[in-house]
Amino acid sequence: MLAYPLIAGLLFGLYFSLVGIGLNLVFGVMRIVNLAHGDFLMLGAFVGFGVFYLAGLDPLLAVPLAFAIFVLVGIFLYGILIPRLQQSVNPEMLSIILFFGLSQVIEAVMTIMFGTSERSIPSRELGSLISKIGKLLGASPEGGPVVILGQSFPAAWVISAITSVAAIFLVYVYLYRTRLGTLTRAVMSRRDEALATGINVDRVCAAAFGIGLALAAIAGVFAPFMFGSVTPAFGADATVTSFVIVVLGSLGNPLGTALGGVVYGVCYMLVQTYLSSWADLLPYVLLILILLLRPSGLLGRQVRVA
Amino acid sequence: MPSLARHTLFIAVPLLALFAILPGVYNNHLLLFNFVIFLILAQGVNIIYGFTGYLPFGYVGFFGAGAYGFAIMVMHFQSPAPLAVVVAGLVGVALGLLLAPLLRLTGAYFAIANLAAALAVLHFVANPALESITKGPYGVALNGTFNPTMAYNGALIILALTLGIVVFLRNSSFGLALQAVREDAFSASMAGVNVLKMRMIAWLASALVAGFAGGVFAWYVSVFYPDNVFSADFSIFAIVFALFGGVATITGPIVGVVILYGIYNLIGFTTPQYFQLIYGLLIIGLVLFLPAGLVSLATRRGWYVP
Repeated sequence: MLAYPLIAGLLFGLYFSLVGIGLNLVFGVMRIVNLAHGDFLMLGAFVGFGVFYLAGLDPLLAVPLAFAIFVLVGIFLYGILIPRLQQSVNPEMLSIILFFGLSQVIEAVMTIMFGTSERSIPSRELGSLISKIGKLLGASPEGGPVVILGQSFPAAWVISAITSVAAIFLVYVYLYRTRLGTLTRAVMSRRDEALATGINVDRVCAAAFGIGLALAAIAGVFAPFMFGSVTPAFGADATVTSFVIVVLGSLGNPLGTALGGVVYGVCYMLVQTYLSSWADLLPYVLLILILLLRPSGLLGRQVRVA
Repeated sequence: MPSLARHTLFIAVPLLALFAILPGVYNNHLLLFNFVIFLILAQGVNIIYGFTGYLPFGYVGFFGAGAYGFAIMVMHFQSPAPLAVVVAGLVGVALGLLLAPLLRLTGAYFAIANLAAALAVLHFVANPALESITKGPYGVALNGTFNPTMAYNGALIILALTLGIVVFLRNSSFGLALQAVREDAFSASMAGVNVLKMRMIAWLASALVAGFAGGVFAWYVSVFYPDNVFSADFSIFAIVFALFGGVATITGPIVGVVILYGIYNLIGFTTPQYFQLIYGLLIIGLVLFLPAGLVSLATRRGWYVP
């Protein structure tokens, strides 16, 4: 009985890690609160809809496409928004309001273009390409639910979780095994000193911003499978959930998000199973408790003053 | 004439007089009532954000708690409406005390924790398990207290109180000390300012007026659902109105409400998504080009803005 919520929680948790990690990367590098994070998830979901309904392809193919599009979008948005914002008196606070404005614009434009109806993709379509290739190679056709420890789960959940792990691993490789990643970590720990040592902080930040948005968009591709359906108004709730995950892990430490996501996913599934009427309250109470008791998150650096 | 008396006489009194006369000449009383509510909330945000720098992203929590404080007094204790409004204010203060530990957080952490707190209160109130007390998600219908005229007058009294607080903050060493704390808490405390106490007073004053506003709102509408009185729109609108005009002034939030809420009522009802688009663009433009609000157009030229 306990196995189901634990494994489902783990699968969702890994996915939630992907949902939050982009937000955390942006905050960690630029001290900017991307309140439009959830809206980029929503846009990613629409890339998935486009790939499936217009091109008739496996929605999994939307992942690289969404990544490429949103890295460019991120770099473009960085160029027009952030340098001006950084000149203001209190960029961290004003960023909240700025990105709220951006989220309103995105939501409004998507509503005008696509209406408010709920959209989804049949769950079995995710990964159809993999099973086709498997068939060609003579493997037994899959596509049905995946059985883990005697419990069966939708294949889409498993594929989302695996993709999330891969994406988080790639973020790790980027941050710890590439030159740009090393510079990114330098900017994260001390922006002014990074600037003083001659690091092109703007370039590092633009890359981090692009990658952050792209990670959100990738997570969005899976959103219709994990949450059932997506509307243009999906962004706001997704943003709050992302914040909970990020703060649980630790704000400013992208890899902490992986832990935060799993803890959140497991807690969520446990409460959902045993105390369902209180499940909605959980993320917020968890968030406040963590902020007050261990404000640096489960892993993380000092943030609280006084 | 000291500036305290001048501000009271030439700003607060004419505004109150205008809103006292308007119901006699203009028929849309609901609209006028909403204007008064948003004037209270924008000034409430001004008290806490303008003077202390804490961005209350979940400001609606106090408003909703006040509305439910009013409803519970009326439903369970058959209290007369004015008493219930007073209790609503006290509920706001109680919630402020409960959330006071959040003041230990700074910057974005505070804003996010406050947002989570408001959502936690919403999900607590809307929990079906508490149906016998709050009516859960099914909403509240108050019989016997419905009296829009009296509720409107009550709202005016609360607006007067709120304006009084802001006029006092603008013209007193207390308000100046708060602004010193906002700029640099450490230096302020070295100069003899009791940082924690002052911050707390501003926080509770801000919670009080929002609680009162929630109380009169409940009185005026009489029928509402948790999602109505805890709608994030209240927080966001109040913050954007206050910022648009310019915080830490008396006139800024008033100008912001009149202009932006005016625009909202002109185009918001017929085509909400176009309003959302314009609104979002306006917010982005505001942060990028006028981060200190409309009043900075005047202060930049060296003019004094009350």
